[in-house]
This record gives sequence, structure tokens and C-alpha cells, in this order.
Amino acid sequence: MSDDFQVTELAMLSGKGGTGKTSVTASLAALAEKPVLADCDVDASNLPLVMSPRVRRREAFSGGLRARIKSGHCVACGKCEELCRFDAIFFDGPGNGRVSRTFRVDEFACEGCGVCAEFCAEDAIELSAADSGEWYVSDTRFGPLVHARLRPGQGNSGKLTSMVREKAMEIARSAGRKLLLIDGPPGVGCPVIASLTGVSLMLAVTEPTPSGEHDLERILALARHFRIPAMVCVNKYDLNPGLTDQIERRACELGATVAGRIPYDPAVTDAQRKCQTVVEHGRGPAAQAIIRLWNNLSRSFSNLQSEPSRPASVR
Amino acid sequence: MKLAVASGKGGTGKTTVATNLAVTLARHGQSVVYADCDVEAPNGHLFLKPEISRETPVSRLVPKVNPERCIHCGACARICRFNAILSLPDRTLVYEELCHSCGGCALVCPTGAITEAPHPIGIVRIGAAGPVQFVSGELNVGEANGTPLVRSVRQSAPTADWTILDAPPGTACLMIETARECDYALLVTEPTPFGLHDLRLALQVARELKLKCGVVVNRATPPMIELKQLCDAAQAPVLAEIPDRMDIAKAYSEGRLAVDALPDMQPIFDRLRARLALMRPANQQSLSSNSKQAAGASGEKISARHSRIGEAATAPPNSAAPAQRSPHER
Repeated sequence: MSDDFQVTELAMLSGKGGTGKTSVTASLAALAEKPVLADCDVDASNLPLVMSPRVRRREAFSGGLRARIKSGHCVACGKCEELCRFDAIFFDGPGNGRVSRTFRVDEFACEGCGVCAEFCAEDAIELSAADSGEWYVSDTRFGPLVHARLRPGQGNSGKLTSMVREKAMEIARSAGRKLLLIDGPPGVGCPVIASLTGVSLMLAVTEPTPSGEHDLERILALARHFRIPAMVCVNKYDLNPGLTDQIERRACELGATVAGRIPYDPAVTDAQRKCQTVVEHGRGPAAQAIIRLWNNLSRSFSNLQSEPSRPASVR
Repeated sequence: MKLAVASGKGGTGKTTVATNLAVTLARHGQSVVYADCDVEAPNGHLFLKPEISRETPVSRLVPKVNPERCIHCGACARICRFNAILSLPDRTLVYEELCHSCGGCALVCPTGAITEAPHPIGIVRIGAAGPVQFVSGELNVGEANGTPLVRSVRQSAPTADWTILDAPPGTACLMIETARECDYALLVTEPTPFGLHDLRLALQVARELKLKCGVVVNRATPPMIELKQLCDAAQAPVLAEIPDRMDIAKAYSEGRLAVDALPDMQPIFDRLRARLALMRPANQQSLSSNSKQAAGASGEKISARHSRIGEAATAPPNSAAPAQRSPHER
């Protein structure tokens, strides 16, 4: 690839869950020309449900280490319990020839720091790679999709999220695809940060509710923190048009621009039931609004590319 | 009874269920704590509108290197599994955002050059919304790891007949930290393909945590056959159905509790309360008659580690800061 080949990364985020990130991402995938898709909600991955992916590659993922106490070697001195910062060690393991009870590691609480193993005088603690999940590269009718499944209860979703994004970016570069669409997770924590840092543009999808407004302010603050330009789209805006106006004003005060509004439309759920995107399903009010949204976003991409050195913050 | 209100998918109505249930329980004369553990996007206060009586900053411990004492041996960087310490020939760098606060570096440092200092991560708020006691955590924007803050929220919740923990969406670390030591998980879902897919994940994690659970269907559109088959197979009873109605969505969008805004919603939550009361562990049945005694009795049945956390929970709320204070610094 030539040096000037640039992949535009658009991340759909929201703060609050269930605002419509995945439905919007899927429709944008249908409207875009040759996109690559990354489902960065590795914890509850839903984009594949409307993409009917054919998995071409599947890889195991380990998010870190887990400690295990070999009960036969444990002398129940309690050093591990004393040192563990994660409340991950319990005195309810099986007995052995020397002691009637041994210590045990709670695999859900263990963060794999290895301090217990380092200081165990009996060498009774071993560390091994945690089986944290899998990631996949799939083909879809719109282009390649990189997605993942974090095993329930596993930590380090940020690391898996970063992996999904990196793989998607590699594919975009090698296949000469110029747009990477990222379906992000809810919240503002580690997997969101991993989905957001360094993207070209964030689209915050929200809804006209007090929760939607509150969490939008948090995700916009995060975007400012990382100097990422932000656009906002209020979904189901007609549920409360007054609050929608207020949210859009507030978003502008916080340095974002408005990309569009989507009305409540039962076609969104119908499309989901048929494993379709909203814009494939029909040309109802939501589909039309998403097409307008896409046109606004496309214009923003060309602005981003014409000002490559512009600071990301649009304050 | 400690009840985690959780869901795989976001936006299914956890906060709606948790807040309306908390108010309903209080109306039935029970002592109730609502604890907002969705520290990345806490919303319970928008509906309960509590008066906050105390705000406590929460921090976690991160290493500080004293360059006078550091001999650049690299032991700290070797034990750190999170690449948070870089040991160079002439200096030692700490990346606080990567640190998990395990304390290993300070323990292995042969010259005592590493001490641990608090790094602020968020705030715990304590207050009351009428008869409902209120606790919530808010993670500072830009902080990656909310787990110590969730721990702090849990430990700041006073003892009550009912503790309702409003969990973050998903099935990852924050949800697990919320559900630790809960007696029951109430999983909120919606009858859509996304909702169903994520409910399956939530049921799976509840099973792995050996947590009994029941389901609340929000935006219910009967007959929901597939959803009910899934719940049957997982032995998770559907305890309530909240209908898919515009007036309920409107009340929510106006920041009003459903049980206040709509007269036919209170009976739905009354029935949910009655069915949950039957799910209480046997050793808590007498809790409302003598809270303290019953809580002590149930505390003794679990491990030493649990009972220590139990002490923290009844300690004054300022025990919230710093989060890593827990048992390790005694």
C-alpha cells in the first residue's frame, strides 16, 4: 500500500447501553462502499446476529494469567491470602496429609498478578494462561467482519477489543478498504477506551432520556480527553422531542456536532428479527433517517481527510 | 437479601427494574438499599433523586519510585504482569493507567524505593431517596478499571433487609464484581434477538457463579415462546413482565419512576416483590424482624474472607476510601 493510503475509523459509542449502536453500525455497513467491520463489544457481541457471518479464521485468546494452588503442596500458611489484593483467595480448599484445609483461588476474582506465586514458600502456586475467549475473522455480505467472544466472567476485555481493532485495521490496509466501522461497547471503561483511542471520528448514539443524556456527556468527555472529534445522533428522538433539542444543544456546547436524528420505528426490531439491517429491510422513517445520517457522516470524513493535521479536539 | 439486577445487553431496563423495585420494597415496610454499581454510566440517581449526605473520593494504590533509593535492579518490572513498570538503566517509569494495584513491585523492591500512593479513580455517594438508602459510584472519565470502585460501593452499602445492586451491562469484570456475594440475580431482558442472545450469556455467567436467578422481561410482547423456553431450560423463572408501551417509555424519558407515573405499574412490582421474597435464602427469612442478629448468623456461615468484608460493609461509610484499604493494610 502507498503511504498516503488512509483508513478512516468510525467508532459507534454511547455510554448508555441499548441506544442502538449495533443497529446503526449494521445499516452504515450496508450503505458504505467496501467497509471493514469490527465488533468491539466483545462482551455481548451482537453485530454478527444481523450479519450472518461465515467464519474463516478462529483464534483462541488469553487475557492474562490465573493462579492455581496445588492443594497437595499447600501448608495453609496463609501468606497468599494475606498478600492478595483482589480477595481472590479462600480458605476452603481440600485437605491433604498435612493440613485439614488448604487455600483455593477464585478464578473469577484472580487478576493474574502472580504475587501469591512469587511469595509462596512451598512453591504451591502455579500460573497458567487463562482461557479468556476467541476472536474471529468472518466474511459478510458487506465485507470482512472481525468479532470476538469474551468468555463470561473474564477480565481484560480491553486487550481483546484492541486485538479486534488491530486485526480489522490490518485487513482494511491489505484489502485496500478505506472505512473501518467499529461497533463499540457501552460504558466509558477499558473496552470503550480501547475502541476509541486514535479513531478518526466517534458517533455517539443516544436516546432522549435522562440516562441517555447523562451518559452522553460522559462519552463526550472521554472523546475530548482523547482529542477525538465527536458527532451525535439521537435515536427514537420523537419519544421526547424537547429533550432531544436539549441534548443536541448540550452536545454542541461540549464540542460535538449533530449528525442526525432517528425516529422510533418498529421496523428496527422487525429487521433484527429477520437478520437484516434497517436499510435493507425497507424505506421506513428510521431507514430514511439513517441514510441522511450516513450522508452527513460521509461529508465529515472528507473534511477530516482534507485537514489531516487538525487537532482532534473540536472544542 | 442481596440482589444483583443484571443483564447481558445494555439498555434493557436494569435501572428501571432496580429503582422501581427498591421503592416498592420500601413501600412494603422493608429496609432497602439501592446501590448503583454501574460506575461507568450510573443512572439510578436520575430517577430516585436522592439527597446526598456524603461524597467520598475513592482511589487505588499505584507505585511511586524514590529515585534516591532505586538501584535499577529491575525486580519491580519483572514481577509486574501488566507492563506498568519500565526499568531503564538510569530510571524507572510507572504507567499508572496499566497498574492493577497488586502491590507486587513494592514487595519485591530490595531497597524500599517503591511506596504506594493513592491514585483517584472516582467517587462514592451516599444518601437517601425517601425511605430508600442510596449508594452509588461514579468512575472518573478516562479511568479504565472500575473494579475497585464497584468493590467500594458494595462495601459502603449499609446492612438492610434488601440490598439492590444495579449492575453494569455485560458479563465481564464489573458485573462479576457486582454479583460477588449476592444471593440472587435478577436478569432483565427484552424479547428481541439481541436481548435473547445476551440473556443466554447472562444465564451462563450466573450458572458459573453458582448464582440463582430469575428473569424480568421488559418491553414484553407475548407470547415470547423462545425466550420462555430458554428460561425454562436454565431453571430461571420469569418473575415479571413489563409491557411494551409508549406511556412507560415516556415516563422514563421524563425521569419519572413507573410506579409513580402509571397506576397499573405498582401491581407488577408488588408481584415481583412477593415472588422475590420467596427466593430468600432460608437463613434470611427472619431478617426483617431482627436484621442485625440474622445478618450476623448468615455471616458466620461463609468463609473468613467474607466475614471480613461483612465488617467493612457495616463500618462507617468513610471506609470507602481508599478502595484498597480493605484487609491488606492492617
